[in-house]
Amino acid sequence: MQSNLEYDLQCSAVKKHFGSVRAVDDVSLDIPKGSFFSILGPSGCGKTTLMRMIAGFESPDSGDIRIKGKSVVATPPNRRNVKMVFQHLALFPMMNVYENIAYGLRCNGVSKSDIRLKVHDVLERISLPDVASREITQLSGGQKQRIAIARCMVLDPDVLLLDEPLGALDLKLREAMKIELKLLQHQFDTTFVYITHDQSEALVMSDNVAIMNEGKFVQTGTPQELYHNPAEAFVAGFVGDNNRWSGKVKTVTNGIITTETKAGLTIKGSARGDVKPDVGGVVSIFVRPEFIAAKVSAKKSGKSNANNNTIDGLVDSILFNGANSRVLVRDKVGELIEADVILTGGTDDLKPNDPVRLDWSPDQTMCFVG
Amino acid sequence: MRATDIKRLSLYLLFAPFALWILLLILLPHAGMMYISLREKVAPRVYEFGFENYINFFNEPIYWNTLIRTGSMSLLVTFLALLLGFPIAYYIAKIAGNRSRGALFLMCLIPLWVSDLIRAFGWILLLRETGVISSSLQWVGLIGTPIEFLYNDAAVIMGLVYTVILFMIVPLVSTLDGMDKSLIEAGYNLGGNGPTVLRRIIIPYAMPGIVAGCIVVFMLTAGSYLTPILLGGKNSSWFTEQIYDQFITRYNWESGAAFGFLLLAFTSIAVWLGLKLSGQTLNSTVADT
Amino acid sequence: MASANSNKAFLTGYRVYVFAFFVFMAAPLVAAGSFAFNDSLFPSLPWQGFTFDWFFNDTEPKLGMFHDRRLLRGLYYSFVIATCVSILSVFVGTCNSFLFVRCQFPGKDFFYILMVLPLVIPGVILGISILLLASSLANGLEETLSLELEFLRPGIILVVLGQFSFITTITSLVIIARLRKFDDSMEEAAFNLGASRVRVLRTITLPFLFPAMAAAGIVAFLVSFENFNTTLFLVGSEAPLTITMYDRMVKVGSTPVLNAVSFFLMVGSALLALISVLVQRDAPKT
Repeated sequence: MQSNLEYDLQCSAVKKHFGSVRAVDDVSLDIPKGSFFSILGPSGCGKTTLMRMIAGFESPDSGDIRIKGKSVVATPPNRRNVKMVFQHLALFPMMNVYENIAYGLRCNGVSKSDIRLKVHDVLERISLPDVASREITQLSGGQKQRIAIARCMVLDPDVLLLDEPLGALDLKLREAMKIELKLLQHQFDTTFVYITHDQSEALVMSDNVAIMNEGKFVQTGTPQELYHNPAEAFVAGFVGDNNRWSGKVKTVTNGIITTETKAGLTIKGSARGDVKPDVGGVVSIFVRPEFIAAKVSAKKSGKSNANNNTIDGLVDSILFNGANSRVLVRDKVGELIEADVILTGGTDDLKPNDPVRLDWSPDQTMCFVG
Repeated sequence: MRATDIKRLSLYLLFAPFALWILLLILLPHAGMMYISLREKVAPRVYEFGFENYINFFNEPIYWNTLIRTGSMSLLVTFLALLLGFPIAYYIAKIAGNRSRGALFLMCLIPLWVSDLIRAFGWILLLRETGVISSSLQWVGLIGTPIEFLYNDAAVIMGLVYTVILFMIVPLVSTLDGMDKSLIEAGYNLGGNGPTVLRRIIIPYAMPGIVAGCIVVFMLTAGSYLTPILLGGKNSSWFTEQIYDQFITRYNWESGAAFGFLLLAFTSIAVWLGLKLSGQTLNSTVADT
Repeated sequence: MASANSNKAFLTGYRVYVFAFFVFMAAPLVAAGSFAFNDSLFPSLPWQGFTFDWFFNDTEPKLGMFHDRRLLRGLYYSFVIATCVSILSVFVGTCNSFLFVRCQFPGKDFFYILMVLPLVIPGVILGISILLLASSLANGLEETLSLELEFLRPGIILVVLGQFSFITTITSLVIIARLRKFDDSMEEAAFNLGASRVRVLRTITLPFLFPAMAAAGIVAFLVSFENFNTTLFLVGSEAPLTITMYDRMVKVGSTPVLNAVSFFLMVGSALLALISVLVQRDAPKT
């Protein structure tokens, strides 16, 4: 890989082992200037180790890490222009907000008057101009978050690393902070590398997301690509909600695969991933709830495509959640299938024990070998 | 790598003061004491290796009687401290309101900040023939002539319990503090009565604290010097007194060292037994409180 | 209801017991302190009237403590000893805390037990073992090299070492407990912001540890000040206050001047204890 100034951060073939555990195994990435990049993976997948290597708290066994084209593997953490927002923020409790933000500037030997100017400027930019003299304990969760980011941004870093900083917040605040983080990234126009195990955080905020599992990058792409065109069963299962079956391939015609599940359902789907399934092979089948239409069986109104999957069943229960409401439908073999529905509160709404027909296209049925 | 060099260097630098402290002030002195206790004086300034000092100890009933007496009285003091201290610790940790809890805990700690000597002195003023209790009783008219409350075993035991009880209460409070109140409520809710809840839930939970408190209290009592002497008088026959006697009065360092070692061995065995019987470790109890 | 009534009676009885217990805890201290103000030659009833003579009077037979040369000297030596012990033991305790919390080395558990050990060795034994070693060393050096090393003879240095030997365990435990609560990512954050190793220690870690170090220092000071058992064997001609008081008590018998000293020490200790509580309360939580 060549070093390129277009990229703020590049990793090439980075490896790190702890004993026999391969924490990070041959990871390469290129993050373009000014983008919001997320690394998404289950806990223990090595994403924190990767981030600590980028920050310099761990050194890779092999491979290279470049920031703005320059290798930083031999640079100690306090000399890298990569700043990090820690999981629990790590704001210094013995200092007030002003001193927290000024800390890095003082370390760099910036003059007192410049420090004052820069601290107030950055507080202005995170729209907390009046908190300079507050103690850390007097801040709310969201304010602490912003101070932790300001403390890094005041140093004008090449890359800002964020290690699941929203994990400790409650749900409402987390939703608000997602949007705010995205706006802050636009405002500072700095490359953000965001680590999380929460897919919705990654999908909402990122320009690009890398899915990481067992030390490797499984797939890298835009959120839409990952959601609609997962490269592997792991990605399909990890990103977004799914109805999931395991089935045997009966026939393959015109790109449509007909499979039979263990319980005896016949499902038509389309092959995804690099390996095409053969007749008789085993596939994992994924269907997202929003692609399944659930209609009351009596009304045969909608014209359904002849190729579509249709399954009759009874409504088992209604999972009301406003715009994200779902029904659980028990099919004839006794399995539960989730489907999105719109519940208006009127009399037409589905009720438990209503007979329904589920209907979805084979294009939306993702089949992966294995 | 440079980072590992720095790590190693800082390990050595940090280990040095620890090693100097433990080696020069704890291990070497005790090894020396052991060595001296195994010396026999055969002529002035001529010594031989042997167990004479220890044999002397076992041949002289006064000596080993004193040790046994010290040991059994220390056990009694430990037991009394536990019995009296547990309700207090429980009250502080679980019953007292938030505000009074801190105050009560501090009050328990007050004697810690006051020297043994002053505490014993206070008791002397209270208990002696011309002391506060005797003269108050006379003034009320309950007794006709002054009574000496000092210089008996009861006074020694009471004084010792007084001196050490806070070392029982402090670890108990800290373990009981960690116990969720709902554990007790669940115990009652599931049909237990007071004694069963105490026996089945509270005491097992507080066990590390109980063991830690008992160890510290036992060691402090067995090794105490001032309280038995001041409250028990010259006849209190406490083992530390024998050690002092051998060292300072008789200037017999060899046998003094042997006595010291015997006290150490005796208390260590007692503590070891206590740990074995309760299934705890030294680390899990003493270190955590 | 009967059970509610018996419960109430039980609780009342419990409260009475707790109250009685605290009376028991306070009684000797009150007795030791209050007779300092009795205008009598003996610290006993009846009450002869209030006086400050036992503090400030400058003539026999009611020589006040602030005019009693030997007591004042004892106070001075105690102060010197306690200061040395607390500085030394806080220093070594801080080193120990980093050693046991931050470093990995073989035999760590064993060394930790060694560190806790001095706390459970009777003070008398600590005293005599150090005395024996120092004296043997001094005698040996004198005989073989005719070297006279004064500091190995009973005196202030041995007293300081003797007290230091077990007080260091206390300070170590206090500081270790605090360092265990330290969030390591705070140091990493400081590195990340560009601080050097020394700067991180100076601006982040030590300020975080400071409340524990101060509290440990105060505890060390107080424990040293009131220590008797270990000191007794190591003391030379420069007797600290507890030894002087004990001598006075045994040789002269109790006089109210001892009550005055007791009162003075209790108030001093209470103030220091208060400071240590306040220092720890202000400690920032993490």
